[in-house]
Amino acid sequence: MANVITEPVVHEDDLLIEEHGYDDHFHDHHHGDKFQSNFITTYIFSQDHKMIAKQFLITGMFWAIVGGLMSLVFRLQLGFPEENMAWLKPVLGKWITVNDAGIGSLAPEFYYALVTMHGTILVFFVLTAGLSGTFSNLLIPLQIGARDMASPFMNMLSYWFFFLAGVIMFFSLFLNTGPFSGGWTAYPPLSALPQASTGSGAGMTLWIVSLVFFIVSVLLGGVNYITTVLNMRTKGMSMWRMPLTIWAFFITAVIGLLSFPVLVSAMLLLTFDRSLGTSFFLSEIFIGGQALDHVGGSPILYQHLFWFLGHPEVYIIILPAMGIVSEVLSVHSRKPIFGYKAMVYSILAIAFLSFIVWAHHMFMSGVNPFISNFFVIFTLIIAVPSAVKVFNWIATLYGGSIRFNSASLFGIGFVSLFISGGLTGIFLGNSAIDIQLHDTYFVVAHFHIVMGVAAFFGMFAGIYNWFPKMYGRFMNETLGKLHFWGTLIGSYAIFWPMHYLGMAGVPRRYYRFDSFAAFGTFDAMNQFITIAAIVTFGFQLLFVVNFFYSIWKGKKMTTRNPWKATTLEWTTPIKPGHGNWDGKIPAVQRWAYDYGKDGKDYISQIKPVGADESKDAH
Amino acid sequence: MTALLVLLCVILIGIIVVQIGKVTELASKIRGEEEAQERTNRTQAGYSMIFMVLFLIGTVVSALYYKDSMLWYGPNESASAHGGSIDYIFNLTLFFTGIVFIITQILLFYFAYKYRARRGVKAEYISHNNRLEVIWTAIPAVVMTFLVVGGLEAWNEVMADVAEGEDFIEIEGTGYQFAWHLRYPGPDGKLGARDYKLISASNPLGQVWSDEKNLDDFHPSEIVLPVGKKVRARITSRDVLHNFYIPHFRVKMDAVPGMPTYFVFTPTITTEEYRAKLGALDENGQPKYPEWHQPSDPDDPESPAKFEVFDYELACAELCGTGHYAMRRVVKVVSEAEYQDWLSKQQSYYESTIKGTDNDPFATEAPAEAEALTDASQDMEEAPAEEAAAE
Repeated sequence: MANVITEPVVHEDDLLIEEHGYDDHFHDHHHGDKFQSNFITTYIFSQDHKMIAKQFLITGMFWAIVGGLMSLVFRLQLGFPEENMAWLKPVLGKWITVNDAGIGSLAPEFYYALVTMHGTILVFFVLTAGLSGTFSNLLIPLQIGARDMASPFMNMLSYWFFFLAGVIMFFSLFLNTGPFSGGWTAYPPLSALPQASTGSGAGMTLWIVSLVFFIVSVLLGGVNYITTVLNMRTKGMSMWRMPLTIWAFFITAVIGLLSFPVLVSAMLLLTFDRSLGTSFFLSEIFIGGQALDHVGGSPILYQHLFWFLGHPEVYIIILPAMGIVSEVLSVHSRKPIFGYKAMVYSILAIAFLSFIVWAHHMFMSGVNPFISNFFVIFTLIIAVPSAVKVFNWIATLYGGSIRFNSASLFGIGFVSLFISGGLTGIFLGNSAIDIQLHDTYFVVAHFHIVMGVAAFFGMFAGIYNWFPKMYGRFMNETLGKLHFWGTLIGSYAIFWPMHYLGMAGVPRRYYRFDSFAAFGTFDAMNQFITIAAIVTFGFQLLFVVNFFYSIWKGKKMTTRNPWKATTLEWTTPIKPGHGNWDGKIPAVQRWAYDYGKDGKDYISQIKPVGADESKDAH
Repeated sequence: MTALLVLLCVILIGIIVVQIGKVTELASKIRGEEEAQERTNRTQAGYSMIFMVLFLIGTVVSALYYKDSMLWYGPNESASAHGGSIDYIFNLTLFFTGIVFIITQILLFYFAYKYRARRGVKAEYISHNNRLEVIWTAIPAVVMTFLVVGGLEAWNEVMADVAEGEDFIEIEGTGYQFAWHLRYPGPDGKLGARDYKLISASNPLGQVWSDEKNLDDFHPSEIVLPVGKKVRARITSRDVLHNFYIPHFRVKMDAVPGMPTYFVFTPTITTEEYRAKLGALDENGQPKYPEWHQPSDPDDPESPAKFEVFDYELACAELCGTGHYAMRRVVKVVSEAEYQDWLSKQQSYYESTIKGTDNDPFATEAPAEAEALTDASQDMEEAPAEEAAAE
């Protein structure tokens, strides 16, 4: 393998792997080169999990920028509704209407399209594919000691279905009738009837097609992650020796596999209602001067199906971030993660509970109020395992020797955001309070902090931490820290004030606030939020510059294990080829968190337990 | 030209930023990795503490600054009987979460600061502590039980439908793109039947005119309610989902096509009283809520102050399309006497719009019967006569 940088002396890890490792005769068959012999098989239709991870990451970054820019445009509308937006006309075309005085304003249809696309893109393309897709692919084989995924071909398909979903969604932005504009939850009848909204015609059709392809991608990936974790762990890697990242990715994949198909069924029934005249979600509708024939359906049925995915979906987003942060905080504070088993059990508890809380999104949607009692109870129970995780992260820092770098800073920032956003969930999960706060800016503040920004922080922590493993170089630390502080302060500046808007009752998804005396008194705050959003977005460009600059010009990695971590990915060569390890695959001798044990800084997972070593108590 | 300048500035900033990054990398090379990392640890740990202090001060100060927006306090006091219980649970939750928020944020950033890596100091090997785990599982569980019980008690009370034989007013709000259509039951106190297939320009709600209960129903342009009387809002939709939302009453419920929903509430403060409260002066003669003393029309300083024209508002809180943000209706809460006065001035929709037109089912078949049903005025009687003649 030509791209492997051989180190001058025989590495200690290689000796250990050679001595204790497991010989799977991988390199006898020259698999490695067969799969990566030319440009196309290396960079485009690659079956190497590391390349697929990079593909997910960079595609995710593209969508994050698109989705972020969209939010800036609608934030301009909300912060400065009277300002001239004619300068956006070259980009947005007919969606900017210019009046006789030459003042351009954003068309309300397109405002709603932007809000909808921002949500869809960020939730699915960035925080599901970009986060779980990237790190599950990169870390599962590397950290469990596997050559690749169980099915590299399916893994490749997973990426290309995601790519296809993206192409379709991107195409829908340029439709004459505009992209779908009925909110990312796509509640019928609004999403079912083209008469109800221009975006519900071709835009909605493409939205459905795109999401179905996306779900295919998630399922192909998920089946692969689960199979790989269950079947392809190396010798000695029992489940209780897996790093928390792997636990998180594994459980995430299970949740995805159980919940995403339900969304497909909702999409299918919605398609029937849209084009075959069925009435699953439609009943007694008079629209466009005409009474429709649909009778007997229920729009609430769609909401049940949607949120049966939709709620687990938020854990699909946040669990990988939690796993990454657990690992990053432990490595950089040079301490074992506090309460490893408690962390695993709380992931399992959250995963289980995530399936029985979906109707807390529907307290005010007309479901029987009695049913809500159960959903309130289960929802607030989730606070317990979440609190346990937070306390364990904080306890991990206690008594540590914390190395401050971009990765650990983003890890600490994640915990801060998760606390802030998680606590507001206790308000919203309580149905009585939800009467007032449902569909207000309080909800916007809550979910952006707890699963939007926090998940981004987990992702950034992961990128800064494993960038050397991906590209053999480091990202620039100074820019990374600048990025961190700008994003942390900026995110709080954007979303904290929204709590007050929500308490004052200001509903979300409003194009303007001045139609109501009660909602129109926050001009200064809305301007502040918009400016904060623009500045924070600027800091993300800093990250993008840093990322691409560092791929080619970053500081080179000179040692295999720059963070002095115990996990297997750092026992591979600096630039691992296809198959990850040059010789045998390493055998695992201990759990993943022997930091500071017996006065040693760290003990790699491949090191056999010494005779004089104190017994493990975890 | 400006675009070019902006672009140049951006590029310049980008170059500067990359150079800053390079400089520190160079410095770390000169000083040595380890010493540079230790310096970084010191400064970043310091920034963490500064951030923590400023952040916590910021949250408290902003909460005080925006306390007028908070449920329960000042101008955001609820104006309905059940609203207080919601606001109480909100503030109870705020109290508990506030404590947790402050403690955990302090510990997080303080530990990060205190346990920054320093030369010669090693990390402790602490892998777990079962007693601690049990404690910090139990405490949130107990607090949650407390909040769940309180919340559900309030929830089941608020969401209960009216009981049999209870005295209440029924009103109906029907959402459509993009407004609320309101209906009152009229003197019989009962809303008439509807059929969506009958909806037309002249019959916006699809009222079934053969149902006598419909004949006295009237369609006001604003909701007027007597103070202290229980109201059952019947909430329906004609096309897509809407949400019947009156923030000051803590009332919110989706309007679902094909499935009427309801929300029961009792207004407790009249519009006049609420205006007086917003315009109140403190002991020094200064306005308590200065923002409500500003002119209602920003362009006209002579216009009445905001509090003088304050009204409760009905809004839509479920995305329903492009006009979602402007589905406003005024809600007025008045004394019983004023309410009766207002009621007496309302004319039934059948009388004012349907009677005697092509759409009047009684006009062609039996105009006399229709006449007998209501005491129609003189000019209204003309129409059915002409109608019959035309036939």
